[in-house]
Amino acid sequence: MASFSPSTMSTAPDARPMSPGVAPLPPMSKSLVTRRKTSNIAMQALCGFATFLAIIPLILVISYILIKGLAVMNLDFFTQVQKPANDMGGGMKHSIVGTLMMVGLACGIGLPFGIMGGIYLSEFGGNRMGFAIRFAADVLNGVPSIIIGLFVYAIAVLPITKATHGQITFSAWAGGLALGIMMIPTIMRTTEEIVRLVPMSLREGALALGDTRWHSVFKIVLASAKGGVVTGVLLAIARISGETAPLLFTALSNNFYNTDPSRPTASLPVTIYQFATSPSDNWQALAWGGALVLVSLIFVLSIAARYFTRSKN
Amino acid sequence: MTFSPSTSVATPETPMAESPPKRSADGSTQAATAEHLMPKPSQCSPVEGCGAVKMSARDVDLFYGSKQALKKVGADFTERSITALIGPSGCGKSTFLRCLNRMNDLIDGCKITGDVSLDGENIYQRGIDVVQLRQRVGMVFQKPNPFPMSIWDNVAYGPRLRGIKNKNDLNQIVEESLVGAALWGEVKDDLKKSALGLSGGQQQRLCIARTMATRPEVILMDEPCSALDPISTLKVEELMRELRAHYTLIIVTHNMQQAARCSDRTAFFLLGELVEIDESAKMFTTPTDKRTEDYITGRFG
Repeated sequence: MASFSPSTMSTAPDARPMSPGVAPLPPMSKSLVTRRKTSNIAMQALCGFATFLAIIPLILVISYILIKGLAVMNLDFFTQVQKPANDMGGGMKHSIVGTLMMVGLACGIGLPFGIMGGIYLSEFGGNRMGFAIRFAADVLNGVPSIIIGLFVYAIAVLPITKATHGQITFSAWAGGLALGIMMIPTIMRTTEEIVRLVPMSLREGALALGDTRWHSVFKIVLASAKGGVVTGVLLAIARISGETAPLLFTALSNNFYNTDPSRPTASLPVTIYQFATSPSDNWQALAWGGALVLVSLIFVLSIAARYFTRSKN
Repeated sequence: MTFSPSTSVATPETPMAESPPKRSADGSTQAATAEHLMPKPSQCSPVEGCGAVKMSARDVDLFYGSKQALKKVGADFTERSITALIGPSGCGKSTFLRCLNRMNDLIDGCKITGDVSLDGENIYQRGIDVVQLRQRVGMVFQKPNPFPMSIWDNVAYGPRLRGIKNKNDLNQIVEESLVGAALWGEVKDDLKKSALGLSGGQQQRLCIARTMATRPEVILMDEPCSALDPISTLKVEELMRELRAHYTLIIVTHNMQQAARCSDRTAFFLLGELVEIDESAKMFTTPTDKRTEDYITGRFG
């Protein structure tokens, strides 16, 4: 088809008679060719420009956090807790440890329910029940995080406060529960999608050896979907570790270092919120440090998620 | 149904010389073995064949939803023989094969009526444990489907399901099965490597070894060579002929030369019907049915 040009086309009818179905088309006009070439270049340029505009905020945010955050980065930041507003120095150890603790608790809830739910949807969810669960998960995924916080406050924090006569009120348990609930739909849906991609032939291979459905799913299907499931989990962790709203009514915060999950616990996002809105210059500077730590955490998780997706392929 | 490592492990120098442990409830199959070694083709009935009947199907109708895929299919499969199922695509031969170890159970809207029996016991009756059935009737698929784990783990998968935990026993079974599948020489130093790194032909032989490791009585093969090159095909065909001494093999193939070369008996399917089943020598020279002749001589299909 390399010699397909208007000139050869116009001579074609003379060369040999053609049936009506393959009659040659009239040649393209020069102006049309020029117009199409120009619009092609213009649209490509426009798309490139739009992309550039879209990433400008990202670049600005990240560079601003880096500059402001690195200024307060030192050993004290990771080893000390906050000092009174008028003092200099101090750190965010209590918030970093609190975030890690609550993310860990959230994983304890989100991982088993999310992964097993995802497997159920993929393997046995072809019925009405599966449809209902899938729909519920999607709705839960869209519920604003502050609603989840209020819900956990109502079902866990308030009753326990009453039962213990105020001995236990806000706690890392409740914070972890709220974050865990937020993780479930994300993990469930990604696990479902990934597990669904595992070829049927692998399942049949295991069943033909006399395996039970459950065992074959866990040993074979989950093993081949491992990379994708890990990716889903990491992205879910990245999402919840920056959540502020669900922790306001559940873990509250704490000015002191605390490793007891039944007590109010500080977290990076809530502490950033408190520091950034305080009049203390020192606290405001520390808030930037907290933001840097949080962004780095999410950045590392995202890179790890990409790595696991790639190694699967 | 009990698997005893001691009997299968007794002769490591000639691993496959020994037949797999007998599991039939009655001793009749044992007695029929000697007779089977000297088949008398003239006395064989076209449907029932020679030797003891291992599996048989009677009046099998199968529906996918409202579409009928099998119509009154009936055939007997004799012990220690190779039966080839041939026919054009979509004629129901794979569907029929999958009826024999109830793999069709997985498909929604699939309904089966009629009798399929293994050693005289209907495998579709209530109370049949599908898991145990599939351990007795193994299956090799069209596309090699090694599990994403090491070669050793692949072969040991089935025996482990049966509760064999002893590492030495498992090593023995893995070696025997790989030797039996003519793969041992190629992989014996790489048992811990991932099975996904093997070539297509090696993967298919690994899948055969994996099936053999559960010591089934019947092995179903669904176009086992269709994804393989001619050399690998040759190896798998040689393997089938060796397996014939111990197992009942039922093979779906699109390759009529393969059916003629390897099988003792051939069944011809067309549009969901079993047109004809007979000795392969007779089927490929003097078939009874006109349709079989047309297909075999290449007039259609």
